[in-house]
Amino acid sequence: MAYPFVHPDETRVLSKHFGEPEARTLAGWEARGGYQALRKAVEMGPAEIVSEVKDSGLRGRGGAGFPTGVKWSFMPQASGKPHYLLCNADESEPGTFKDRELIRWTPHQLIEGCLIGARAINVQHVYIYNRGEFFETTQILARAIEEAYEAGYIGKDILGSGVDIDITLHMGAGAYICGEETGLMNSLEGRRGEPRLKPPFPAAVGAFGRPTTINNVETLCAVPHIVTHGGEWYRQWGTEKSPGTKLFCVSGHVRKPGNYEVPLGFNFREFIYEMCGGPPEGRALKAVIPGGSSVPILRPEEIDIGMDYEAMAAAGTMLGCGSVIVMDETTDIVKQVRRMSDFYTHESCGQCTPCREGTAWASRILKRIEDGWGSEEDLDTLLELSENMAGKTICTFSDAAAAPIVSSVQKFRDDYLALIRRGENLAASA
Amino acid sequence: MAPHNAQNDTVTCTIDGLEVTVPAGTRLIEAAARVGIEVPHYCYHPGLSAPAQCRMCLVEMEGAPKLLPACTAQAGDGNVIHTHSEKSLKAREGVLEFLLLNHPLDCPVCDQSGECGLQDYVAEEGRKMGRFVEPKRILGRDDFGGDVLYYGDRCIMCTRCVRFMREVAQDERLTVVQRGHRAVIDTFFDEGLEGSLWAGNVVDVCPVGSLVSKDFLHKARAWDLDRSPSVCPNCSQGCNISIQTFNNQVTRLKPRPNMEVNSHWMCDYGRHNYQWMNRGNRIEAPMVRRDGKLVAVSWSEAMRTLADTLGKGSHAVRAVVSPFLSNEDMGALRRVMETMGGGDGVYRVETGEEAELPGFPTLKLRRDRAANGVGAELFGYRRAGGDDGTGGLDDLAGHDDVLFVAGDEIQDAPTTFGEKAAVFVYLGHALSDATRNADVVLPATSFAEMEGTFTNYERRIQRFLPALQGPGMSRPIWQILGVLLAGISEKAAPATIDDAFDALAEVRDDFGALSFRTIAPRGTVLPGFPALSEAAGR
Ligand SMILES: Cc1cc2nc3c(=O)[nH]c(=O)nc-3n(C[C@H](O)[C@H](O)[C@H](O)COP(=O)(O)O)c2cc1C
Ligand code: SF4
Ligand code: SF4
Ligand code: FES
Repeated sequence: MAYPFVHPDETRVLSKHFGEPEARTLAGWEARGGYQALRKAVEMGPAEIVSEVKDSGLRGRGGAGFPTGVKWSFMPQASGKPHYLLCNADESEPGTFKDRELIRWTPHQLIEGCLIGARAINVQHVYIYNRGEFFETTQILARAIEEAYEAGYIGKDILGSGVDIDITLHMGAGAYICGEETGLMNSLEGRRGEPRLKPPFPAAVGAFGRPTTINNVETLCAVPHIVTHGGEWYRQWGTEKSPGTKLFCVSGHVRKPGNYEVPLGFNFREFIYEMCGGPPEGRALKAVIPGGSSVPILRPEEIDIGMDYEAMAAAGTMLGCGSVIVMDETTDIVKQVRRMSDFYTHESCGQCTPCREGTAWASRILKRIEDGWGSEEDLDTLLELSENMAGKTICTFSDAAAAPIVSSVQKFRDDYLALIRRGENLAASA
Repeated sequence: MAPHNAQNDTVTCTIDGLEVTVPAGTRLIEAAARVGIEVPHYCYHPGLSAPAQCRMCLVEMEGAPKLLPACTAQAGDGNVIHTHSEKSLKAREGVLEFLLLNHPLDCPVCDQSGECGLQDYVAEEGRKMGRFVEPKRILGRDDFGGDVLYYGDRCIMCTRCVRFMREVAQDERLTVVQRGHRAVIDTFFDEGLEGSLWAGNVVDVCPVGSLVSKDFLHKARAWDLDRSPSVCPNCSQGCNISIQTFNNQVTRLKPRPNMEVNSHWMCDYGRHNYQWMNRGNRIEAPMVRRDGKLVAVSWSEAMRTLADTLGKGSHAVRAVVSPFLSNEDMGALRRVMETMGGGDGVYRVETGEEAELPGFPTLKLRRDRAANGVGAELFGYRRAGGDDGTGGLDDLAGHDDVLFVAGDEIQDAPTTFGEKAAVFVYLGHALSDATRNADVVLPATSFAEMEGTFTNYERRIQRFLPALQGPGMSRPIWQILGVLLAGISEKAAPATIDDAFDALAEVRDDFGALSFRTIAPRGTVLPGFPALSEAAGR
């Protein structure tokens, strides 16, 4: 079984073994050089690993792009109480499907990353929080963890080094908000999945009230490679501020959807048109969401940019978790945005007034516009309610929910107006 | 920039142009309150944790990229805060608009109307017109058990109620179910709040009309109520309360904060035990026995008759007092007894299981189910009778001494009670078979109808003010007995509650250090004398 689409211009570091079922087994993974990085890491010791990862410039792949080595250095030295590393495998951002593939094809890559990460910040217990709907993925990962325990890579006295690290696999119950780091912690502890107020930050008070670091699956999967080859090696790809490679999940109106691993900074237009084959024959591009549903939409004329954190920010959007949703001219933007808004309405944890009420209100206005009962004032209301939602809540979910609304009303106003006019005309002729 | 403090245990910041110095760690909302600025808030309650989720209290700090929740953000040295800047007003207007989207606006039939956090802040800072044109979501109401009804549509999801049950009652019976805009508050299992001694407080903490009392439902409008600061008479804890009345009837009791006694809370036993204050069958005029019959007379005639009778010859005195009497009442009777040569006094009190509020453990529904058993002890009355507050009157029943019964209706006493007494004086609210034997019957006001003080379990003297008008010609016992004392001795009758309180020093030195006006708002613990045996257990 080969991986659906592979492009020769890809730089496959993390995804090198996608499509190779043997890579899932311990033997298969070891035959591909697996667990050599772990051997090196137990000898290196924490400080050295952290500094290597800092040198690499690796940035968190869960969405925010925070430098991983720096995040690790926030962890206090041993406090005499347990500290935790959490691996965020809740992958629920609409349009995202890279973590699932990383786990499905290369579970040992993640396990190795978790172990090295744990070693780097001196923790003895790692929780991998898997999205509730990841049934197959969870089975594969659970099997791999068992194998790794049997082989002595996980557990007491790893590889005779005296280092003890346990890994526990935990399944969520299918809530988007449990992917937010502190929502995840609450969920892991058996509470309602509601994000916590910060400060205190997780490195001070995290899971079970203990110092905690949380990293995305892809972030941790990159770590073994950095440890094996060094931080400098990782910088051969990408830009100065966004080094390395990244997986991009491409869905929507492209001829070859799927996961592509390219160096950060890769040209976005080239990526969509060359690598992914562009929109179907004879159809023009209408809009692209570059980083998952939570980031502002781009128009076709805005995609001549690099696929890195800075270039995306300069274009008024975000790289996010690299989930590229491509829409061609057949797309009804209002319907798409309404669909996304419904998602946020459904997934808001409901603690914060602006998010709880704003998401539901926006969905209803959008639905009304879609159905032909909208007015121009509704667009002003949408923009203003979005402004009242953004930047005023406990977590950034509310900002995420507002982003597609604001950017679509600003950039695709004509689409909204067309629906509004059509409704007015229908009403007038009735 | 504000000056930095030498020690770092205080910080100085500027809030709306006013400089304020507060202990490090003080939250902005509390620092603002110090200089008289109220930051609008919903989820914050001083007796609960702050989840910062309603987003109502957002304020602007110079130099901070985002607005800060004043309920959790701590004041820092040199901070410059604007609680009513354009940005924060805009944010709060947004929150208020969001909260009103699905709110039914049924103020005309809502019990909270007039004391509602939504009404107040919307009037102050809300939009004049809503923009929500979709049909509203309808949730209806839910019986939460006990005295509590939940109107889901009015709920603003501040979770104060959930946190009260979790953190203070430590009896998790409420929770948020569902999430997002579908979230509602609900109970676990069918029993809900039924049987919780503290559940009434969730009605108080609810900033809107979402949780309401069944007992108070549609009884009165908040703005029609008169409110008097008082002390709960129903156990020896002495929770500070507000007696709320309409047309001279108590409609409800609400706790008043006193961090040294009851925090913000009170128990449901005390809260719902107020009907007796509204009883109708009260004695309204003084009565004296003429030709074997009690006949109504004027106060002056009653007092003259009594003084004449008691002035003649000397008699031993015996007394029964109710533990619901004030210190001034009990002390006045003790003074009368001492003037007449001393004697034995008893009080009887109903007791019950003690129950602690886990989140504020010094608040207990105390064993003594009356406010002033400790006061009775202080003024030399002896506890008599059983745990149900009856019995213990046998050696009084057939005596030929002068007998005073004050407040206690002695329902359980034999019909021959007091028949042999030289003089039997009853000061109280209503006649029972036994008190019908009295030679003189004097209508007394209840604690709710007068000023006075109670002494709680820890000997804290606390003041209460009148909430009701006493019926007919009723008077406070201290006043009645003061006049009597003036009739049988050289002592002047107390004109005011201050005089009555000052006179207590005659029978107890330790009261000499206090005066009615100088009792602290949180009450004053009677200084310096050995602990009363058992007092703590009452
Ligand atoms: C609403 C919301 C949902 C999120 N969902 C995910 C998720 O599914 N997976 C993930 O890795 N990070 C998610 N994040 C980001 C995490 O909070 C966190 O930043 C990340 O896991 C940190 O790992 P990293 O530093 O390796 O990126 C989410 C954030 C928000 C605000
Ligand atoms: S912003 Fe939304 S999702 Fe985040 S904590 Fe607040 S209500 Fe929950
Ligand atoms: S019922 Fe009242 S206290 Fe409870 S969450 Fe709703 S508004 Fe808040
Ligand atoms: S009072 Fe501060 S957020 Fe609710």
